[in-house]
Amino acid sequence: MPLINCNNIALSYESRTVVKDLSFDVHEGDYLCVVGENGSGKSTLIRALLGLKSLSHGSIVFSEGLSKNEIGYLPQQSGIQKDFPASVYEVVLSGTLNSSGFLPFYKKKNRLTAEENMEKLGITDLKNACYKELSGGQQQRVLLARALSATKKLLLLDEPTSGLDPIVSSDFYRIIEKLNRDDGITVIMVSHEIKTAIKYATHMLHLHRNHSFFGPKEHYLECNDCKKLLEGGSDNV
Amino acid sequence: MFDFLTETFMLRAFIVGILVSLTSALLGVSLVLKRYSMIGDGLSHVGFGALSIAAVFGIAPLAVALPVVTVAAFLLLRLNESSKIKGDSAIAIISTGSLAIGIIAVSISGGMTVDISNYLFGSILTMSHSDVVLSTILASSVILIFVLFYNKIFAVTFDESFSRATGIKAGGYNSLIAVLTAVTVVVGMRMMGTLLISSLIIFPALTSIRIFKSFKSVIICSSILSVSCFFIGLVSSYILETPTGATVVCINIIAYIVFYLISYVKRKLLQHRRSAS
Ligand SMILES: Nc1ncnc2c1ncn2[C@@H]1O[C@H](COP(=O)(O)OP(=O)(O)O)[C@@H](O)[C@H]1O
Ligand SMILES: [Mg+2]
Repeated sequence: MPLINCNNIALSYESRTVVKDLSFDVHEGDYLCVVGENGSGKSTLIRALLGLKSLSHGSIVFSEGLSKNEIGYLPQQSGIQKDFPASVYEVVLSGTLNSSGFLPFYKKKNRLTAEENMEKLGITDLKNACYKELSGGQQQRVLLARALSATKKLLLLDEPTSGLDPIVSSDFYRIIEKLNRDDGITVIMVSHEIKTAIKYATHMLHLHRNHSFFGPKEHYLECNDCKKLLEGGSDNV
Repeated sequence: MFDFLTETFMLRAFIVGILVSLTSALLGVSLVLKRYSMIGDGLSHVGFGALSIAAVFGIAPLAVALPVVTVAAFLLLRLNESSKIKGDSAIAIISTGSLAIGIIAVSISGGMTVDISNYLFGSILTMSHSDVVLSTILASSVILIFVLFYNKIFAVTFDESFSRATGIKAGGYNSLIAVLTAVTVVVGMRMMGTLLISSLIIFPALTSIRIFKSFKSVIICSSILSVSCFFIGLVSSYILETPTGATVVCINIIAYIVFYLISYVKRKLLQHRRSAS
């Protein structure tokens, strides 16, 4: 039984359909990379998986072992105010809230989870730093640590490396690969850096208005869409 | 010289003032960070409208103002979320509308009564025993609820879409913030006046944000600032014979300027040290 089963879904804004006839499965331990042109509906799909956007057709079924408060999410554009006063620790710790139910305060377990994830991402020494004063790459690590604090099973990442310089960006890819390989976390990642992304992914989903592609990476490498994209050498697909 | 501090009316003023200062400081941080500063201002106008209507019909002002302002708070929040009307225009519509209704009601009820002017400009020194009891209960409940939901309020204020995505009922917490703000505005109107209550909400937060960099430290600093400014404001208003609400606001402005200068100097020093090394 797949972790997530998307069956013939359609997504639209008012009357305009962005994605239609899309079906795919994600299994535990998969690393699914979602690519497609700007505006092809990648972010919309992620929001639909999170239940933030309603489907206009079809269904998304999560396996019984996965409930909504076990998903970690790294948004493309976080709604975070530029000048919000918050320490790194406060931000990471807030990721554990979804598992604390109605309890008003954090438990020891929550604090340990947060500290573990900061350690994993190498931001322990930034614990008391102010989030807004960090560099872009550091901020993304903090948000990834927060997402990890919210899940042990599934990470949804929407263009996590956009705006980062290549070195920081490839560090970030390696961290995510490690999480997928060593910790067995299922990853669904939207990426515009198709060449890098394809290196790590197990499955590809290429969104296209009428003929989206979904399948294992090996099949994708043989299909024409991908060849065009890879040969085009453009990294902003 | 400080004998007046033990008078009954002064004690009442201190109790209510400290509680109201605390509630407005706590909520202010969330409102300022969510870019909702103007909601407090809009709500105080709605409060004025409701009070005036209550005066026409001879009903207890707070009994009318509390539900009306709460409904308005919900409405403003909803309008803010839907993109059809811009949030600030929504506030302008509702607040000027209430003001107009209030002014008509005042003139029908025979002009400015003492009661209405008390609410317009605030009159913490003339609060009755029942005013004090009600304000104390309301303000303490707001503080208690805020403390209990502190972590969730932080998460929803910091990043609403992440909270929603990971299964936190962000809409519910937004409504909670709306209700708490409504109660704070209504209780604060008696003390600060409808014209000035919103400054009590936003100033401590704006001031603390200048220097403090974590949510918790901003919350703590705002609370301490708000209570201290109130204390200094009340005492100096008594000595200088100035209106209490306005004096408290002036002390808040002074505190803001001081914090601004400190942060400016700190930044300059930092730049200096960087360029030196
Ligand atoms: N809130 C919205 N309301 C209306 N249209 C939207 C909204 N969000 C996105 N769209 C439209 O949906 C399409 C897909 O957007 P999006 O999912 O963000 O694309 P991608 O992430 O692949 O670049 C775009 O054409 C965009 O204009
Ligand atoms: Mg996108």
